[in-house]
Amino acid sequence: MAKIVGTITTSHVPAIGGAIAKGLQTDPYWKPFFDGFPPVRDWLAKVKPDVVVLVYNDHGLNFFLDKMPTFAVGAAPEYRNADEGWGIPTVAPFKGDPEFSWHLIESLVAEDFDLVTCQEMVVDHAFTLPMALCWPDQNWPVRTVPVCVNTVQAPLPSAARCYRLGQAIGRAIESWPRDERVVVMGTGGLSHQLDGQRAGFINKKFDLDFMESMVADPAWATKYSTVELVELSGTQGVELLNWLVARGTLPAKVRKQHANYHIPISNTASGLMVLEPAA
Amino acid sequence: MPTPSRRQPVPGTTIFDSEQARKGYALNKMCYSFNDAANRRAFLENEDAYCTKYGLNAQQREAIRNRNVLQLIEAGGNAYYLAKFAGIFGLDMQDIGAQQTGMTKEQFKAKLMAARD
Repeated sequence: MAKIVGTITTSHVPAIGGAIAKGLQTDPYWKPFFDGFPPVRDWLAKVKPDVVVLVYNDHGLNFFLDKMPTFAVGAAPEYRNADEGWGIPTVAPFKGDPEFSWHLIESLVAEDFDLVTCQEMVVDHAFTLPMALCWPDQNWPVRTVPVCVNTVQAPLPSAARCYRLGQAIGRAIESWPRDERVVVMGTGGLSHQLDGQRAGFINKKFDLDFMESMVADPAWATKYSTVELVELSGTQGVELLNWLVARGTLPAKVRKQHANYHIPISNTASGLMVLEPAA
Repeated sequence: MPTPSRRQPVPGTTIFDSEQARKGYALNKMCYSFNDAANRRAFLENEDAYCTKYGLNAQQREAIRNRNVLQLIEAGGNAYYLAKFAGIFGLDMQDIGAQQTGMTKEQFKAKLMAARD
């Protein structure tokens, strides 16, 4: 049977792509952020995943407002990156795993999560940059399944719903008969707000409380409405919903393998965590 | 900052909800088209014709003309799509943040750094 070996949750700011393209990993501005990732790569070398299920939000590359799914799952043999309008270089295509995708979809719909399924899908920086941070040679050694959560157009799915989606994804993965190792990634956040008079809003205390809750009290954030989460973490900080989906795939008890937190990259408080199921 | 309302309870913040999504549809659709380099060029070559093609209303047209992010949000623009518009002019998120908060870019960056404490 398939096994979830752990989760990686990280920010996905577009400027990371610019920094990678310009080779700024050791630049004083960027170093505290990029220095978070060698331990993640060491962990990945140890756990050797076959598949990555990557939970993120599309920023207007694959989906427009004409059709905006609350939850969507990729079921394509390949996922390509494309021009998002502001010139970060595109990366090599990612291998999909349609059989595994359809197993997830069938399991999730059976648990009353009514998904949009995508046999063609382009993936944006929220998918590509976390992958590039984990595998800087961009020679992807894993198959992938994209899972998109609407954090763009309110009403957003509640934090509680996102956490339960994660729990259902966890059960779906662990019922997959192939003997494979799966990492679940959740990308976005932490606190930031790009738009409005409150642009530049960052909430360090909330972020640190949230990261602590990811370890010991995973349902903590589900007590907040999505509007309250916007108030606490910013209009884009609410992307932490993707972290909650990832966390939901793990059992209540986890081990924190690694964490990093740094303010700011671009307008964002960046967070990074690697969690493993506790034996 | 604007007074919060029942629909928009967070000060200085416009949550992109169904009202905004309806109001801003044409504007966001135009910005979505800027994923394509040929469309970015077409906009720069003839901005009026491009805005007309997407059916922008007068408020949206004026906000685009002014390159003014708060006006674009007021006209229904969504941050993720507006970022593609800003990208045409090579503006980064600190430029955008400075414009919306009435700060210089250096002041805005200092504000971000201050969030460390």
